[in-house]
Amino acid sequence: MTTSTVPPQQEEQQPAAVALGATLRDRLQQFLAFASLIVIFAFFSVASPNFLNYTNVTAILFSTVVIGTLALGTTFVIITGGIDLSIGTGMALCAVISGVLIVNAGLPVPLGVLGAVLFGGLIGLINGVNIALLKLPPFIATLAMMLVAQGLALVISKSTPIYFTDSPSYVKISTGHLIPGLNLPNAVIILAVLAVVAGVLLNKTILGRYTYSIGSNEEATALSGINVRTWKIIIYTLAGLFIGLAGVLISARLGSAQPATGTGYELQAIAAVVIGGTSLAGGKGSIVGTVIGALIISVLNNGLQIMSIPQEWQNVILGCVILVAVYADMARKRAA
Amino acid sequence: MEQGRTTRGEPPLLKVEGVAKSFPGVKALQDMHLELRRGEVLALVGENGAGKSTLMKLLSGIYTADEGQFFLNGEPLEVTGPKQAQELGISVIHQEFNLMPDLTVAQNIFIGREPRGGSFFLNERALNRRAHELIERLHLPLEPKQVVGNLTVAKQQMVEIAKALAYDAKVLIMDEPTAALNDAEVAVLHDLIRRFVQPDTGVIYISHRMDELKVISDRVTVIRDGRYVDTLDTRATSMKEVIARMVGREITSEARPVGVKADREVLLSVSGLNTKALLKDVSFELHAGEILGFAGLMGAGRTEVARALVGADKLESGTITLRGKQVHISNPADAAKHRIGYLSEDRKQFGLLLEQEVNANIGLSSLRELFQSFGFMKDRAMRNKSKEYVSTLSIKTPSVAQIAKNLSGGNQQKVVIAKWLVKDCDILIFDEPTRGIDVGAKEEIYKLLNELAQQGKSIIMISSELPEVLRMSHRIAVMSEGRITGLLSADEASQERVMHYATLRPDENPEDAVELGLDEPALIGTPSATKAGEQ
Repeated sequence: MTTSTVPPQQEEQQPAAVALGATLRDRLQQFLAFASLIVIFAFFSVASPNFLNYTNVTAILFSTVVIGTLALGTTFVIITGGIDLSIGTGMALCAVISGVLIVNAGLPVPLGVLGAVLFGGLIGLINGVNIALLKLPPFIATLAMMLVAQGLALVISKSTPIYFTDSPSYVKISTGHLIPGLNLPNAVIILAVLAVVAGVLLNKTILGRYTYSIGSNEEATALSGINVRTWKIIIYTLAGLFIGLAGVLISARLGSAQPATGTGYELQAIAAVVIGGTSLAGGKGSIVGTVIGALIISVLNNGLQIMSIPQEWQNVILGCVILVAVYADMARKRAA
Repeated sequence: MEQGRTTRGEPPLLKVEGVAKSFPGVKALQDMHLELRRGEVLALVGENGAGKSTLMKLLSGIYTADEGQFFLNGEPLEVTGPKQAQELGISVIHQEFNLMPDLTVAQNIFIGREPRGGSFFLNERALNRRAHELIERLHLPLEPKQVVGNLTVAKQQMVEIAKALAYDAKVLIMDEPTAALNDAEVAVLHDLIRRFVQPDTGVIYISHRMDELKVISDRVTVIRDGRYVDTLDTRATSMKEVIARMVGREITSEARPVGVKADREVLLSVSGLNTKALLKDVSFELHAGEILGFAGLMGAGRTEVARALVGADKLESGTITLRGKQVHISNPADAAKHRIGYLSEDRKQFGLLLEQEVNANIGLSSLRELFQSFGFMKDRAMRNKSKEYVSTLSIKTPSVAQIAKNLSGGNQQKVVIAKWLVKDCDILIFDEPTRGIDVGAKEEIYKLLNELAQQGKSIIMISSELPEVLRMSHRIAVMSEGRITGLLSADEASQERVMHYATLRPDENPEDAVELGLDEPALIGTPSATKAGEQ
């Protein structure tokens, strides 16, 4: 991969080796996260007889969907050096919007879904404007949005859950089985598709290039003639669209929009991104890493549950895993 | 470069006429003039704060002028932004690199103008191919896929240049392009500039290094305090003249080290220092009241010696004996306790709390000993101490409550010096003490170093500027590839000799030596042997 694009006769021996080394190092980071995933997975497989079976593995994948979707959008934001705390409650608000549009207003399901996703985009757009144009620190802007979304979700729903009992097709978005014979919930397939889309956006488009560029050196990016403000707004809006998607996926899975939920998801999503090797300082990160990070979190949650370890302890262990993961990543960078 | 003078009747490539720019409270530029001829390298010199950077930012569209006009090839020029400036053929290489360290060389060069498939998708293959072509054309030692953050400063500089030249630049403006380069790298850069200069292009070259201007420029434009002073023909002028116009007075730059005395007590003795990264068997002694210069090319290990001394890098073996007692220094705080102060080459990052008051900076290292009781700050004591040092070191600041980042480079450096003096350090390690400091302020720093030495302080001075090392050091340790290859006294030291030891490879084979252009490849230096070694 490293050597294919340059004509071989012009390639010198040593620089090629150096470039290859750098690529290998990048790969190693994902390899480490992947290896830990395997180790954790293997551990639970041995520790509990109920862990390694088709039903449970499907359950793990299913439980990765919401965190994973949020984490995909957040990866872009974090690579720019920003943060988005509004994704958790924003997701609850989008779920409520979906309920209002489909259950209360009686809109067709596709329109309701579109509305909820676009509403998520609007949340992101407002975040982006606050951060890029009004120059609010991302932490503050999205912390405020987190509170606003939390409150609005309760106000709009009058603090009661909205049930999609009469819209079975909505519930099928998450729980249905698109591929016959394969007992895999649609939500998992959707997450896989979203991950591919996010990966393409980050690696193959100018959006992705400017995401890295802004995180790497924002001022230099601006001086290179790139409209950093516009791109930041676009990136936060993109993260918002993922919030909307997560809102649809979670409410379809539960069969209801729960206005009081959402808090805590933002931190789990950020944890997934960080475990996946994305640097909070910006400039570095990958979608593959984020997917692995999200999987690590749900494998841990699931495995600890199966081993009957109390919820309280699960959080303690998850916290320690984050510390170890980030420390290992830093130690590896120091060594490199 | 002769073509510049053959353009009869043609308008100059770039002309600046009566340009003014003010910021709240400051007139940065007033009635500024400048004329860049076709095919020439025009040096632009002036002390820090003279307005060079402002002028550059006007030309690159970051600022807009309050008054005056710009002309490109005789046509009025209005620059609205950095990208538009580049599209008009004006490329600026700023002093702080505008690079994205996490992106590759190719991605940096074409940032904002990536080859695309459609309007949204990247064509990485075309990107790398175009970068490769450009690098080949410019003969740069770069690879398109190298990550920029892993490159040396010199190579990053080359990425900047490649980025600038990727646009079809006609006017190339470089701000202190050699500030972080060693002599060999400077030569490569100058070669690049000479190849760039064509009958229809020109370079504005901003530099503090006077010796360079003689080598690279055709004419020199001097500005002072935001105003145009004069333009001189480089060949027909002396650097002394240029400096005199810059500072408005003459400077004696051929000074020699002062107060050289033998037989002073040995304060610090280092023997057989080895580190994992670079240093090999480094041994030297530092006397009381001595300025020991460390010379060598970039990467020779000078900074690493300092880092090892203050415990920032771990020693593999070797002993440090301080005031007759062997000591173990495990971190910079330890070093400070032993009254060794390290003044980093990167003041802004490692030397100063930029956002804090001068006062807080000066007191920082001595807070525990001098400026607190039972955890409560003794602000008045700290202010008084700061005032004392502001006046003895003549730090130019309106008050000790001034925020450090508002001071000029020279005065910032003095603040860092004051910090270590308050701590009562008697060994001061200066890493590039005059980097980014203008000519006038440099003299003051030199004077201060001499005074400190005369008071009995011992100074290790690491510098990439040979003239500076030569004029200041009582003795000079020359390093190459992690070893001290030569130790010269002030009288035996000369530019040629220092360079000889600096390019000596401690374990070289004859073929490599030929490549380096050394006359005597057989001369292998150890500190004791090289003292006797002659050229």
